Amino acid sequence: MSRLAISGRIGLALVVLWVIVALAGPALAPHGVGEVVDLDVFSGVSRAFPLGTDYLGRDMLSRVLYGARYTVFIAFVATAIAVVTGVLLGLAAAAGGWVDMLLSRLFDIVIAIPSLMFALVVIAATGASIPVLIGTLAVIYTPGAFRTARSLAMGVMALDFVSAARARGEGLPYIVVREVLPNVTGPLAADFGLRFVFVVLLLSGLSFLGLGVQPPEADLGALVRENIAGLGFGAPAVLFPAVAIASLTIGMNLLIDSLPGRRRR
Amino acid sequence: MTLSPLVSLIGRRVGASLVTLLFVSLAVFGIAQLMEGDVAEAILGQSATPEALAGLRAAMHLDQPAWERYLEWATGVLTGDPGRSLITGLPVWEMIAARLGNSLTLAGLTALVSVPLALLLGIVAAVKRGTAFDRTISIATIGIVSVPEFLIATLAVMLFAVTLRWLPALSSTRDVHSTWDLVRVFAMPVFSLACFVMAQMVRMTRAAVIDALDTSYAEAARLKGCSPARVVLRHALPNAIGPIANAIALSLSTLLGGVIVVEIIFNYPGVARLMVDAVATRDLPLVQTVAVIFCIAYLLLVTTADVVAILANPRLRHR
Repeated sequence: MSRLAISGRIGLALVVLWVIVALAGPALAPHGVGEVVDLDVFSGVSRAFPLGTDYLGRDMLSRVLYGARYTVFIAFVATAIAVVTGVLLGLAAAAGGWVDMLLSRLFDIVIAIPSLMFALVVIAATGASIPVLIGTLAVIYTPGAFRTARSLAMGVMALDFVSAARARGEGLPYIVVREVLPNVTGPLAADFGLRFVFVVLLLSGLSFLGLGVQPPEADLGALVRENIAGLGFGAPAVLFPAVAIASLTIGMNLLIDSLPGRRRR
Repeated sequence: MTLSPLVSLIGRRVGASLVTLLFVSLAVFGIAQLMEGDVAEAILGQSATPEALAGLRAAMHLDQPAWERYLEWATGVLTGDPGRSLITGLPVWEMIAARLGNSLTLAGLTALVSVPLALLLGIVAAVKRGTAFDRTISIATIGIVSVPEFLIATLAVMLFAVTLRWLPALSSTRDVHSTWDLVRVFAMPVFSLACFVMAQMVRMTRAAVIDALDTSYAEAARLKGCSPARVVLRHALPNAIGPIANAIALSLSTLLGGVIVVEIIFNYPGVARLMVDAVATRDLPLVQTVAVIFCIAYLLLVTTADVVAILANPRLRHR
């Protein structure tokens, strides 16, 4: 990590910024999340309200500082579940056999359903709540994590030091944990970041459609939705939450791209 | 008589897609069964008497086992009668048919604009690899891929409708009286969608062409004195058709998700808006059917790309 490119440092700074906001947002906010502080609605950028005010005259900066924690936490938990499940099953499948056949076919079906459609059908059936959102996002992104982990692990399984371990008479659990896992952690970390970006985008999209985080709670996508009436006259209240999401996802992408061993052409 | 290997290869690919579709429809139907209580309770509300519930269940065949209801629904989707909406009581197919044309127009126009433009940009970026043009394209496409769809649409409205005042912020196909009106109404939705769809397509096309240009036969063509244009068009492109078809199909499948956001922002009367409203009111028969239609569209795109890749690979013709 010592020699990150400039773009990587910018990415790292953006990601760290959003982690701090997610952890300490409410403490940094100048106003309460539901406090109406401006007589005007959809007011522009000013010294008192650096990001303007929303459709009820609430301070947008405070709304964004409170909203970011929903986006970051839901996305982080969902990604963690998806990646841990995907990696465990992927490592199990890398050994081949019927487990591999079964899991691969099962996940092929999930991949064949467009992710937004999958989420919409689940939400129509169960209603939108934070546990449902986390569960759905985790299920949607597990197959991708599974495929990545499986192909990475299969590549390592074919290498000589694994054959050597086999020849020594080591069992499969030892080989997977001690020989394969340490050699795939780098790419898996990058995969985690990439999947986090997908989850943030899908979650924001759902909230934007009014089918994600429900009022009175609001994540960044929901903030765009509730202020959409201000779009026609260019209110900053619509723009800033969307820009906030973009800075988080772009930051994460820049960081991943500059990780060692991920040089793109 | 033996079938040519090519035909059987394509047949197997199409067969696999049909099997996937079967499982996907089962999954969609299965997820919809997660609903607490059932459809009869949803219609009649909490104050319904047990007799009324039993009556409605029998009338809607809810007392049958799940697999029978699945068969009924699946044949219904295929024959154009997948049940009635819980909210409006209208046949689901009628509601969808009224709006399908609008969504297909939007998606079709976007594909028409974005596919040629994306291929051109991708190929030029690959040929001019490492130049300022290529770097600009790379940064722009990474940026677009990593932001939410609604940010692009929001920025488009702010720029073209609010700041420049060139276009109306909302689209309505009712106000269309001339070709110019049509262009004005569709400009922003199509622009936003095209940005999103193209970003992915440009990146994948560029990667595919670069792969083809890095081969030894492209090197040989250059060494024998071919012009750069001939190396690209005659030697590299025919071998990149498979990956490029794949890129187009995958990018167009992101169109399916983008259409939803764009139809909401621009208040466009398409199937995706119908779907979102149906999810909000938990109108499951409508949701299930629209979801399966989107899944069919997605599988159709992916299968077409695979078939094109098989056809474009001469090695598969003589086996």
